[in-house]
Amino acid sequence: MYSIVGNHCTTCGTYYFPPRPVCPECRRKGHLEEHKFKGLGKVHTFAIVRQAPDDFKRQVPYIIAQVELDEGARLTAQIVNCDIDAVEIGMRVRACFRKITEFGPEGIIVYGYKFEPTMKVTGHK
Amino acid sequence: MTRRVAIVGVGISKFGELWEKNLRDITLEAGMYAIFDSQVSGKDIDAVCIGNMSAGRFTGQEHLGALAVDMGGLGHIPSYSVEAACASGGAAVRQAYMSILSGEHKVMLVLGCEKMSDVSQTEAMNTIGVASDWEWEGLFGATFPALYAFMARRHMHEYGTTEEQLAKVAVKNHANAVHNPWAQFQKAVSLDTVMTSGLLADPIRVLHSSPVSDGAAGLVMCSEDIAKKFTDTPVYIEASTQASDTLALHDRRDICTMDAVVISARDALKEIGATVDDIDVFELHDSFTISEITLTEDIGLCKKGEGGKILDEGLTQIGGKYPVNTSGGLKARGHPIGATGVAQVVELVLQLRGDAEKRQVDGAEKAMAVNIGGTGATSIVHVLGR
Repeated sequence: MYSIVGNHCTTCGTYYFPPRPVCPECRRKGHLEEHKFKGLGKVHTFAIVRQAPDDFKRQVPYIIAQVELDEGARLTAQIVNCDIDAVEIGMRVRACFRKITEFGPEGIIVYGYKFEPTMKVTGHK
Repeated sequence: MTRRVAIVGVGISKFGELWEKNLRDITLEAGMYAIFDSQVSGKDIDAVCIGNMSAGRFTGQEHLGALAVDMGGLGHIPSYSVEAACASGGAAVRQAYMSILSGEHKVMLVLGCEKMSDVSQTEAMNTIGVASDWEWEGLFGATFPALYAFMARRHMHEYGTTEEQLAKVAVKNHANAVHNPWAQFQKAVSLDTVMTSGLLADPIRVLHSSPVSDGAAGLVMCSEDIAKKFTDTPVYIEASTQASDTLALHDRRDICTMDAVVISARDALKEIGATVDDIDVFELHDSFTISEITLTEDIGLCKKGEGGKILDEGLTQIGGKYPVNTSGGLKARGHPIGATGVAQVVELVLQLRGDAEKRQVDGAEKAMAVNIGGTGATSIVHVLGR
């Protein structure tokens, strides 16, 4: 989950993220290969979270979205580097590497992907 | 072999924040009411089935099947605990239905229960959150209201559904709950109150969301041939169907449509050779106001995208063409997760018997309950008839 590695079924051509053990379309006829997603996509839908469990309380309000990756799969991730009033359906985003949360009193740190508007980085949509 | 299973007794505890009672008390209460209602004696009951999502996390107690048999003083009969997130209650009803149809059991006590108010808000949110795909949704900060906000936002984007229409679901269901003595909120709310209530995850507000509740519900079910022994007014389960979908919302074909609901509702109607117009009263799983709107579309009360419109037209009110959630629904009756699916059936049995008092739908003969788990990964549909 650090670099959005999912899989691609060469039988039906569908891309999957998170990776699946079996292609739900082709089942045993499917042939799944590892695929590293480019990490580019657009916002399919989103919410502004204002009440969150303790792990996320310090970030409230934050944007959580379903991002549709260019290859086809969708995933759930936070949108960062973006004002909560600026996010909209269809907005182009790209993946960035971030800390997600910490587990328990030992503080095991989970890293993974969040997304940011592409225009912030490249200057255009 | 008989194709129908009878419901001969119903019971329900008060829903709400029941600080003075524990899980055993409320479950026993609902079970005893159901048994008294049916005139069944304890020795007639040959199995118990109990629906619950997460008593282990909410109260620190699992193994609820044995607990129910023990507290009910029912001896050494077998018991089954079933879990399907928010559809656990519906799953318990279906488990008993199948057990009786198979001939293995004759008379069963079905229970659904949850005690949610004893843990902190964070613990409650985390525990409810595991009904979605925890590893790929919850871990990244998607709360349950946020997942339903995803559906609401997309529904508004694709079909022009408005915030006012979302709020109208809450207004309608609260108005119905005023007449339900077991409801958590026997209190009407105005459109303005709903539309200005606090935001949980935009566009989902506090009053778009079902509450944290304690409560239990029970049924006595038996095979059709012996039903008249226990009551003069049995209600029959004419169809029971179930379907699944992807656990994570982002893997769905279309997040505005719950395919599991479409399939299970269609199969149920096909099984009895009826159309949705033959159904007189509905209990639909309104854990958030957007889910009642999508469910009215998915079971066929209107075309996709028109769930808000039929609400505006008053079709889903008591007295309308398709009365939905006469009990107040999850929104106002309360949503003790494992109890909900059983409570839906309790309400519909009262409706079909003509015992629903001020919430009564005149001449109701057929009724449908739709109980979903998570964000629609499980859907269980029951059609009841007199």
